[in-house]
Amino acid sequence: MPINLKIENKVVVEKIAKLAEHSHIKALKGFFIEMAELSIFTLRFFKEALKPRYEFKELIKQAYLIGYKSFPLVAITGLIMGLVLTIQSRPTLAEFGAESWLPAMVAVSIVREIGPVITALIFAGKVGSGIGAELASMKVTEQIDAMEVSGINPFKYLVVTRIAAATFMLPVLVIAADAISMYGAYIGVNLKGDVSFHLFFLEVFAKLSFSDVFPALIKTVFFGLAIGLIGCYKGYNADKGTEGVGKAANAAVVYASLMVFVIDMIAVQVTSLFS
Amino acid sequence: METVVEIEHLKKSFGNNHVLNDINLKIERGENMVVFGKSGSGKSVLIKCLVGLLEPDEGKVVILGNEIAKLPTEELNVLRKKIGFLFQSAALYDSMTVRENLEFPLRDLKKKPQAEIDALVLETLTSVGLEDAMDKMPSELSGGMRKRVGLARTLILKPEIILYDEPTTGLDPITSKEISQLILDVQKKYNAASIIITHDVECARITANRMVVIKEGQCIAQGTFNELSASTDKWVSSFFK
Ligand SMILES: Nc1ncnc2c1ncn2[C@@H]1O[C@H](COP(=O)(O)OP(=O)(O)OP(=O)(O)O)[C@@H](O)[C@H]1O
Ligand SMILES: [Mg+2]
Repeated sequence: MPINLKIENKVVVEKIAKLAEHSHIKALKGFFIEMAELSIFTLRFFKEALKPRYEFKELIKQAYLIGYKSFPLVAITGLIMGLVLTIQSRPTLAEFGAESWLPAMVAVSIVREIGPVITALIFAGKVGSGIGAELASMKVTEQIDAMEVSGINPFKYLVVTRIAAATFMLPVLVIAADAISMYGAYIGVNLKGDVSFHLFFLEVFAKLSFSDVFPALIKTVFFGLAIGLIGCYKGYNADKGTEGVGKAANAAVVYASLMVFVIDMIAVQVTSLFS
Repeated sequence: METVVEIEHLKKSFGNNHVLNDINLKIERGENMVVFGKSGSGKSVLIKCLVGLLEPDEGKVVILGNEIAKLPTEELNVLRKKIGFLFQSAALYDSMTVRENLEFPLRDLKKKPQAEIDALVLETLTSVGLEDAMDKMPSELSGGMRKRVGLARTLILKPEIILYDEPTTGLDPITSKEISQLILDVQKKYNAASIIITHDVECARITANRMVVIKEGQCIAQGTFNELSASTDKWVSSFFK
């Protein structure tokens, strides 16, 4: 009996190993195929973006919609982030008797990291999913086919404009979020203390340097590009059927958010290389 | 007579689903060709192959003297402006008003003055009886209205070839008849050649110069409406009951 069990176990283990290997390879293969497709999609974006005719009108419309739709959310989270960060940092600084550093410290963390990343994540959730769902539903209801048969390049009209708008608008939103966060921090500082508006910003700008602001802004350009690209890629290649729309929107948010962190990690390496 | 559409040995499969097996068709200028076939027999796939939305596996499609598969994208887009395509689902751009939907296919043409565009939009919309819906969004329209707006958008470029995918399906008999009449008017007015996919016998009777029946990916019968409706083939005649 024990021998028998052993043999059975072995067979089962072998079977499982085979199965695992199989699904493992399959998943890996799927990942590489997806990466290759996304790279081709990215190249196509740059190729078509540079070729005339330029869809300026549609670009401006998309930029307006994207900015207008996400500004309230970005503003509220920005204000709260600044406020909370200040309130939470105060006790630690107070322990060292360094409360006067509060404005400068909060400003640096907002500009370098919190502002860009939080805004990008909100942007991925709001705009990335919006683009994914919109393009996917246009695909499902044959609107993209209809554009194609009327002799208009849907990639140029729909995809290029949305990616470009996302790339331009995210840095703008981040600057706005940073400013509003800073105002939140000013309120936070004044909850327990008395610092004038003038003095607060004097301290902030004394500490903030070009090397805080510039790399952070470059980083957000890439965040915007990645979010636009992934949203469009998922939407434009959606499966037929209503299910495809939900899947595209969901995948757009998940991969775009993940990509934000990956780019952030790369950015921090590159920045530390230069400084 | 000039042949404007020529399909030779067209084959198309999706995986193991062999949809089109060997389609051969010729359509002359100014002719209405009605296509009958069961649901799922590949009628929509056939006309999508004609405009390059789907790539055939084998065979040749020649439109106005151009072989579709060999055309570079730019030239294909120029050719596509001469072909009207009415989608089964109308495929209206749902983020645009009816007016913008109609203006959209015009945007790449040589700069036309806005007044001229407005007049053209109004004229085309009037011809489908929907001039009141000009500034509505597609979501505010009924199914039949959507179809007619789709038709107007198809006709606005005055195409030489028009592909209608079930123009009357889902419409009441009166509207159906109006649409059929409209197809006939368009044929006369522009001397356009059309492929009309339909299950609607009345529509076929009104519009068809010639008909073809598709079964299992092949054309199994061709002829005029009267010839086919008198067919002794059980399968063919079952469409006319
Ligand atoms: N893009 C596609 N991918 C995979 N299969 C497809 C695709 N388009 C169509 N098919 C398949 O091809 C077959 C024919 O579809 P098609 O839409 O041409 O039918 P049809 O004759 O137009 O039917 P109906 O009268 O219902 O519109 C169907 O079996 C369908 O599943
Ligand atoms: Mg069909």
